[in-house]
Amino acid sequence: MIEQVAEPLQQQGFAKVVLELEVNNHPGVMSHICNLFARRAFNVEGILCMPMSDASRSRIWLLVFEDQRLEQMVLQVEKLVDVLSVRRHGAEHEVFERLEKYFH
Amino acid sequence: MMQMTGAELIVRLLERQGIRTIAGIPGGAILPLYDALSGSDIIRHVLARHEQGAGFMAQGMARVSGRPEVCFASSGPGATNLVTAIADARLDSIPMVAITGQVPLSMIGTDAFQEVDIYGMTVPITKHNFLVRSAADLLEVIPQAFRIAMSGRPGPVLVDIPKDVQNQIVSFDAYPEPAVPDSMPVPDMAAIESAAKMIDEAERPVLYLGGGVVHSGASRLAVTLAEQAGLPTTMTLMALGTMPIDHPLSIGMLGMHAARYTNFILEESDLLICVGARFDDRAIGKAAQFCPNAQIIHIDIDPAELHKIKTAHVAINGDVATVLEALLPRVKQSLRKRWLSHVDGLKSRFPMAMPGRDDPRTHYGLVHAVAAALDNEAVIATDVGQHQMWVAQAYPFRRPRQWLTSGGLGTMGFGVPAAIGAALSEPDRTVVCFTGDGSFKMNIQELATLAEEGLNVKIVLMNNNSLGLVYQQQNLFYGKRVFASKYRGEPDFLKIAEGFGIAAVDLDSSPNPRATLAQALQSRGPCLIHASISREEFVYPMVPPGAANTEMIGG
Ligand SMILES: Cc1ncc(C[n+]2csc(CCOP(=O)(O)OP(=O)(O)O)c2C)c(N)n1
Ligand SMILES: [Mg+2]
Repeated sequence: MIEQVAEPLQQQGFAKVVLELEVNNHPGVMSHICNLFARRAFNVEGILCMPMSDASRSRIWLLVFEDQRLEQMVLQVEKLVDVLSVRRHGAEHEVFERLEKYFH
Repeated sequence: MMQMTGAELIVRLLERQGIRTIAGIPGGAILPLYDALSGSDIIRHVLARHEQGAGFMAQGMARVSGRPEVCFASSGPGATNLVTAIADARLDSIPMVAITGQVPLSMIGTDAFQEVDIYGMTVPITKHNFLVRSAADLLEVIPQAFRIAMSGRPGPVLVDIPKDVQNQIVSFDAYPEPAVPDSMPVPDMAAIESAAKMIDEAERPVLYLGGGVVHSGASRLAVTLAEQAGLPTTMTLMALGTMPIDHPLSIGMLGMHAARYTNFILEESDLLICVGARFDDRAIGKAAQFCPNAQIIHIDIDPAELHKIKTAHVAINGDVATVLEALLPRVKQSLRKRWLSHVDGLKSRFPMAMPGRDDPRTHYGLVHAVAAALDNEAVIATDVGQHQMWVAQAYPFRRPRQWLTSGGLGTMGFGVPAAIGAALSEPDRTVVCFTGDGSFKMNIQELATLAEEGLNVKIVLMNNNSLGLVYQQQNLFYGKRVFASKYRGEPDFLKIAEGFGIAAVDLDSSPNPRATLAQALQSRGPCLIHASISREEFVYPMVPPGAANTEMIGG
């Protein structure tokens, strides 16, 4: 959807982190989030987004590397008006693992 | 029950929000809104000559008033022409609401005439943006746009409104309340206590003020803190004026074109108290070598600025004024004689050299002569280039919001329309715009707006017939390979001004430039003041790209 605006820094070798975002569900929210990561040259390994049971909100799952810029990245995400909350999980979180069979 | 079109609703909401002047240019997709605006007795429309000009006029109004101001543009090219002014507002944290017309909802995504995805385009350069999908949504979106623009760290918000939404009839019971800023975060008192302790215990502290002090209206508190704790105080480009330049504790602007002594004092400091600043690369040079021996206290309303470039020992998220107010009673009175006399020693050993400052035919002399003819009530705007840096170095700024400059984006073409905006907002002040011949040509069409409005704007054109700052860089850092920075032709700026119906004086041909200048500044109304500046005059001293702030050349 969004072109990568800068070559992301080499992140291989860093641990992975799963971010769980709760956001307002309206067109444009995804572009605010993807654009933010892209323009800060921060690679998003995996992304998953579905409306929540209360359809006015969506949940977004992001798989990212935990490099030293992650802290700053999360602070920037939290500033987005449509982002209601951000939670961090370890890579052991099963959300992406269970999807892996669709990517082989 | 009230009933009106979306366009009328927008105008009523803007009126209720306190908006009195809007700059813009109409076009097909925003005509319903213009039609509604024509019926307003409260809002005055200023017809710009280019949407970028309209954007900078809104900025100029916002920069002097501190309130969010509005610009209008049509869809497609009208909207894309606003982009630079929006990006500029973002980088300097200027509150602004840009309203653009869009093709009708049903045509979005069809490559319709004058359709561009301005919503998508402005995602990375706005604080937030909206594409409005029904007239009823305006009841929420317009107040939200203002609330977001003015809350916390201010910034630009774009509202894109399809033409059919402007025409749609909406019924509602009552107007929403005009937006007010969100309440500020409650600062961490324990952190404030530790900050106070660090200030009391420091031997060589420096106070470092940024644009946040202006936005927060905290300059008096910052000066009080400096006086109470004996803190030499430096300001970023954005903060000039927050402490009067002739205050005994002022050590002037820091960074790339600071006086040497300023950067040397910072180098020696053991505590840096950063208030509403963001450790920008032009201010701090090589980050790793900036204030190498200092602990850092960082106060900012934006939590993402804390620890971003430099890790702070004490970081306080909060409104600068609120935090300073809480800090003041906790900080001991201190004369700090030893450090301050050392600071004075550095000041006299490595002062800012200003050759020609008494000769109004030189760059520094001209800046001084303008200052001498004005009082502190005047507003000083600039464009971008050498002339901007000379004004920053030499003009005696003494109050916040006296100084309007494009800091973060460094946009040539900012000056004239921003000065017009300032004058629209505060018509009784004299507004001076120092410009360069390159920058002036980037929004020169706004001379027509200026003439029409008859505002008290004085344009001081420092003409070196070149992109001086580029010429300087090529001479210093690209083996003197001067390329694409000298103009071959030279327009007659006096005739251009005359053609637009604006009075002009030429200091070059005046037998008494000081008197000619003073007279031009004192008579009311717009005026172009032309002065040639040698192309071989460079901005010194200077931190070369990539160097530490202490490795300055020249001056
Ligand atoms: C819109 C824009 N384009 C290009 C630049 C790069 N740039 C920075 S300063 C400068 C030269 C400015 O020339 P002028 O306005 O004549 O000022 P001078 O340096 O000669 O005083 C240029 C081209 C810029 N800052 N903004
Ligand atoms: Mg020039």
